[in-house]
Amino acid sequence: MSFVINNISKSYEETRALRDVSFETNEGELFGLIGPDGAGKTSLFRILATLIFPDEGDASVKGFDIRKDFREIRKILGYMPGRFSLYHDLSVKENLEFYATVFGTTIAENYDLIKDIYAHIEPFENRLAGKLSGGMKQKLALSCALIHRPDVLILDEPTTGVDAVSRKEFWDMLKRIQKEGITILVSTPYMDEAALCDRVGLIQHGKLLSVSKPGDLRFDEAMILYSFRCKSGIYEYLSKIRGLQGCSSAFLFGDEIHLLVNGKKEAEELERAIKGWNVPALSLKQITPGIEDYFMALMKSEKHDDLMSEEH
Amino acid sequence: MRVLLTLLRKEIKQIFRNRMMLPMIFVMPIVQLTVLVYTANLEMSNIEVVVVDQDLSQYSRGLVSKLDGSPFFVVKGSVASYEQAEALLLSDDVDAIVQIYSGFEQNLINEKEADVQLIINAINATEGSLINVYSNMIIRDYSNNLRTELSGFAGQGMALNIEIIPSYWYNPLLDYKIYMFAGILVILVTMIGMFLSALNLVSEKELGTAEQINVTPVKKYQFLLAKLLPFLMIGLFELAFGLLIGVFLVDLPIRGSLLLLFSVAFVYLLVTLGLGLFLSTISSTQQQMMLVAFFIWVTFILMSGIFTPTESMPVWAQKINFINPLSYFMRVIRMILLKGSGFQDIARDFYGLLIYSVLILSLAIGNYRKTT
Repeated sequence: MSFVINNISKSYEETRALRDVSFETNEGELFGLIGPDGAGKTSLFRILATLIFPDEGDASVKGFDIRKDFREIRKILGYMPGRFSLYHDLSVKENLEFYATVFGTTIAENYDLIKDIYAHIEPFENRLAGKLSGGMKQKLALSCALIHRPDVLILDEPTTGVDAVSRKEFWDMLKRIQKEGITILVSTPYMDEAALCDRVGLIQHGKLLSVSKPGDLRFDEAMILYSFRCKSGIYEYLSKIRGLQGCSSAFLFGDEIHLLVNGKKEAEELERAIKGWNVPALSLKQITPGIEDYFMALMKSEKHDDLMSEEH
Repeated sequence: MRVLLTLLRKEIKQIFRNRMMLPMIFVMPIVQLTVLVYTANLEMSNIEVVVVDQDLSQYSRGLVSKLDGSPFFVVKGSVASYEQAEALLLSDDVDAIVQIYSGFEQNLINEKEADVQLIINAINATEGSLINVYSNMIIRDYSNNLRTELSGFAGQGMALNIEIIPSYWYNPLLDYKIYMFAGILVILVTMIGMFLSALNLVSEKELGTAEQINVTPVKKYQFLLAKLLPFLMIGLFELAFGLLIGVFLVDLPIRGSLLLLFSVAFVYLLVTLGLGLFLSTISSTQQQMMLVAFFIWVTFILMSGIFTPTESMPVWAQKINFINPLSYFMRVIRMILLKGSGFQDIARDFYGLLIYSVLILSLAIGNYRKTT
C-alpha cells in the first residue's frame, strides 16, 4: 500500500482542517480526492508531503512514517503544489536541471518518463519559467515533480484554472504515468474528473465522506432524480422546490435544477405539484444520475447533519 | 557537495538576473560614500550671524571683522536694535546674534574687561554648542591680540597666559571626512549583509519555491549556506570597492593590514547575514521582514558610535551595544584604517564577532523549518 492514513486530524487555530481522516491507497493506483475549496485536501497533501505535522493520527508513504522517516519519503515522493512553485527567474531547462541535480539524478537518466509531457515545452526550453502560459507552467511543474522517478506522486489541484482541452490532455498524461507503476494521489474540485480515477474519496469540511470506485456510485433504489428546466427565474424555483414535501435535495446544475425524490409515490405528488405552478416552458423529466449528482446529494446531507449536530 | 554547488549556481544566476541587483551593488556605494560623507559632517561653516553693534567703535568693528574673516561665520549685516536682530533670529534668517554693548571700547581700555552677548539658536543642540565653541575661540583670540596691544610694550601689566597647543593624533587635520568614511563603509557592508540575503530567503517563502525545495532531500544547512555565500562575497567586494573610492576621493589612509581588515569583515558579514537569515526565518512576508530588519538596523546604526563615541553613551546603552555587531566593526575599521592597529589591538572585538557569528548562524539554521 502506497499511502496509509490513520485517523489524521489537523487544526489551524479556530478552524478544523481535517477531522479523523483515514484511508489507504493501493500500489499503482490513481486515487482522486474530490471536494470543494477549503475541504482540507491541501492540508492532507501537505501532511503526506512531510511539510506539516498532523495534530493527531499517523500516516505512512510506502511504509515510511511521515514523522520518523520524513527524509526517506522526500526521496521517493514527487509533489506538485496547487500554486506554481518553480523559479520564475530560471529558464525551463534550468528548473528541470536544478531539480534533477538536487535529487542526485540527471535529465537524461529519466527522460523517457517525462518525454511525453516535456516534449510540449521543449521548444521553449530557454524561456524563463515565469513567462510561460498556465498550461505550460503546469507541464513544467509535473516534469520537475517526476524527474527523479518518484514512487508516489501527489498533485494538488493540478487542473484548477486550466482550460477544458488542457485538462483532458493532463489526465491522459496521468494515465500514462500511472502505467509506469507510480501511485498517484490527485485532488480536484471538478467532479467530472472523478470518473477518471480508479477510486475517489469525497472530502468536505475536513471529513472524508466516502471512498469508492466511480462505477460503484449508486443511489438508493428508491431514489428518483429529476431534471427541471424553465425559461427564467430559476433561483426562485430552486427555493420553492426545496420547500416541497418529498424532495430530499435540490441543487443547481448548470442551467437546470436536479432534484432528488425518495420514493415513487412522493415523486408522483411532486410532479403534480410542480405542474400546478404553471411554469413557462417547463421541462421536467427523470434522468439517470451522474457522479456529480451523487456527490451533491452526499455533501448536502452531510452539511445538514453538521448543522444538526452543532445545534445540539 | 554537488547539491551545494547546484544551489550556489542557482543563487548566483538569480542574483545577477535580478535587475535591481547590479545597480544596488555599484550605485549604492558610490552614492552613499560620496554624498553622505559630505553631508553627515559635523564641521560647521557659513554660520550666519547678525551684529547689534551699539558701540560703533574701532574695537567693536575689529571684533566684527574678525568674526567675518573666520571660515565659520558670515556676518549677514548689522542692525541698530536688539529687537530687529531677534526678529531675524526668530524668522530663521540667522543662526546667532552678537550683541556689543555701548561702552565696549571704553571698558576695555579702562577696566581691561568688556562683555559681549551671544544669542544662539540651539534647536539643533549640536549646532548650538558648535557655534558657541567657534565664537568663543574667535573672541578669545581677539582679546589676546587686544591685550598685547593695550599693554603697550611687552612685559608690562601682561597677565599670565597659559596656552594649550593640541596635537591631534591619527587625524592631525581633524578631517571629519576620513572618520565618517570609515563609518559609512560599515553601514554599506551591513546593508548588503542584513537585507539582501534575508529578502532573498523570504521571497522564496512568499513565492512558495521554498516549499518545493522542502520536499526534496536538500538539507537545510545546504539551502541556507547557498543563500549566505554569494552575499558574503558581494559584501567583501563592496568593502573593497568602497575602500577604492575612499582612497581616490578623500585620501582615506589605510594604515593597518588589509588582510586583517578583510578577515574581520568576513566574520562581521557572517554575523549580519546570520541576523538577516534569522529574521527571515521568523517572518513569512518580505514586508514583515523589512519592518523588523529596518527597526533593528536603524537602532544599531545610531548606537554604533558612527557619530558619537560609544564610551560617552549611558552605561545601559553601552551594555546594549554588546549585542550590536555594528559597534564592534565600527570600532575595528577605524582602528585599522586610521590608527594602523594590529591583531592584538582588535583581538577582543574579533573574537567577540566570531562567537556572535557562530551563535546567530546556529540560531538561524536551527530556527529554519522544513516541516512545521
